Amino acid sequence: MTQPIIKARGLVKRYGRVTALNQADFDLMPGEILAVIGDNGAGKSSLIKAISGAVQIDEGSIELDGKPINFRTPLDARNAGIETVYQTLALSPALSIVDNMFVGREIRKQGIMGKYFKMLDNKEMARIAREKLNDLGLMTIQNINQAVETLSGGQRQGISVARAAAFGSKVIILDEPTAALGVKESRKVLELIQEVRSRGIPIVLISHNMPHVFEVADRIHVHRLGSRLCVIDPKDHSMSDAVAYMTGAKVPDQVEMA
Amino acid sequence: MTDTTQTPKKGQDFESALDKSDKNVAAFERKSKGMVDGLQHLLHLNPTLVPVMVLVASVLIFSLPMVTDGKFMTMFNLSLVMQQVSIIGILAAAQSLIILTAGIDLSVGALMIFSAVVMGLLGVNLGVPTFISLIAGFVVAIGGGLMNGLFVTRVKLPPFIVTLGTWYIFLSILRLLTGSQSIRSQDIDAEAAALKIFGSYISIGSARITFGVILMIVVFAVLWYFLNKTAWGRHVYAIGDDKEAAELAGIKTDRTLLTVYMAAGAVVGVAAWASIGRVGSISPNAFAEANLQSITAVVIGGISLFGGRGSILGPLFGALIVGIFESGLRLAGLDVQWQVFAIGWLIILAVAIDQWIRKVSA
Repeated sequence: MTQPIIKARGLVKRYGRVTALNQADFDLMPGEILAVIGDNGAGKSSLIKAISGAVQIDEGSIELDGKPINFRTPLDARNAGIETVYQTLALSPALSIVDNMFVGREIRKQGIMGKYFKMLDNKEMARIAREKLNDLGLMTIQNINQAVETLSGGQRQGISVARAAAFGSKVIILDEPTAALGVKESRKVLELIQEVRSRGIPIVLISHNMPHVFEVADRIHVHRLGSRLCVIDPKDHSMSDAVAYMTGAKVPDQVEMA
Repeated sequence: MTDTTQTPKKGQDFESALDKSDKNVAAFERKSKGMVDGLQHLLHLNPTLVPVMVLVASVLIFSLPMVTDGKFMTMFNLSLVMQQVSIIGILAAAQSLIILTAGIDLSVGALMIFSAVVMGLLGVNLGVPTFISLIAGFVVAIGGGLMNGLFVTRVKLPPFIVTLGTWYIFLSILRLLTGSQSIRSQDIDAEAAALKIFGSYISIGSARITFGVILMIVVFAVLWYFLNKTAWGRHVYAIGDDKEAAELAGIKTDRTLLTVYMAAGAVVGVAAWASIGRVGSISPNAFAEANLQSITAVVIGGISLFGGRGSILGPLFGALIVGIFESGLRLAGLDVQWQVFAIGWLIILAVAIDQWIRKVSA
């Protein structure tokens, strides 16, 4: 049996008296799209933030490729190859597309200018950015030096996904990538997700949109009351089953547990 | 993301209609968008154009013979304006760094005097070697910046409150240290003449270019380089733009902010050294309005008070605008209060323009 890329056991996270994660488990297999669904307040965000280093867990363990990890900041997770596309996208509106793609991992010029004067290599960054956007079929964006605030919502989402895909070597986490988008733009983002998966990078997809989840996911992790209720195969279950599980209207069979 | 090229078999049922759908993106008629819109876009790309235009216009108006009788547009007068704005200009450079991160520094003026006083007390009154007293002055300036930065990043206090507090603290310390006594010019000459080096000048025709003016230009050039050509500069803009997004995108925002406050402190130290040369003596009561004047230069220079936007060169033009208004109106025989009046309006205008160009999108 293949080993999971990410394996989390017994995660606990409390905010004061509120328990956001209660002995939650999580597994992500290589090359899959794993959807995480759950009602509001079920602890999806806390689970994802624990994996992406945005929050520190109180108890439990997380393993990446079989090695225990303890991320203290999102940067730690990023350096380990886990890229997250946040719902807020984490783009700087006044900076250009290229600047946003390379923020925090800028490329410096070769030689003395780069080494001692820390000069950035804008040409090289522009070249790579163009290449990455091209790969994902996003080159309808003409000018990669234009400010991100002049782009549409779907285009911004595209930039954010492209940034993650360009640098995420192990795992990409997408938080509600289609929530703010129209029909056409959602379709484009779903294609983008499948395009990224076809390169063999596993994806964690958090979404409330059942049609989108059932279309792209290989497995669905149902989160309820702070822990993993079950993992279901979208081919064997209907959307109403999934909704029933996550709201507690129906209890999954014991067989499907874990 | 305009073209939709999915195959019919994937996607949801209701999306199959997309194949036949109009592939155009919603667009308004461009006809109605005229010069005003073009200007908005232009200013959005180059916020520094406003101060440049104001600067050029004011120079042209004050050069008219009927306004200043030819007394304004002389090499001597223009070089004098440069000298007059040099200290506020350097302070404005420090202020710009803080404002670009969406902060504000009310303590720069007091910290500059504090640093200058330390340089003077050690070098002149206590006879410490000038080199050592200069280092001590810079340690005070950078330390003051570090103190502001630590309160902002570690204790998470708003920069306005932190620097309001340190403004009082720095002022009180420097007054306690000096007993509110000035250090006289002739004493500086006798004990530590190097403190006044930036008051020296080279003459080109009737123009007097002081080392202080050259220093100001060097300060702006160096900061321009760091802000525009290095990753650090990108991070400064990103933090001012949206700190949370910058953090999530992988910038160590608090560490960067701390370096920004220390860099601003270092620039304040430079201003302190230059101020001794400019004034000649070291007075604990000089530059009482320097804080506000530095903010004025930054705002008129087109740097957004909300952070993340504007060029570091803007405040240089902002400081020059203030100096040119002062000189021009005086030479035109008008009461200097009209300069204060005009600067007041310029500040309001500059922020109004900033708000307007922020609204541009798509």
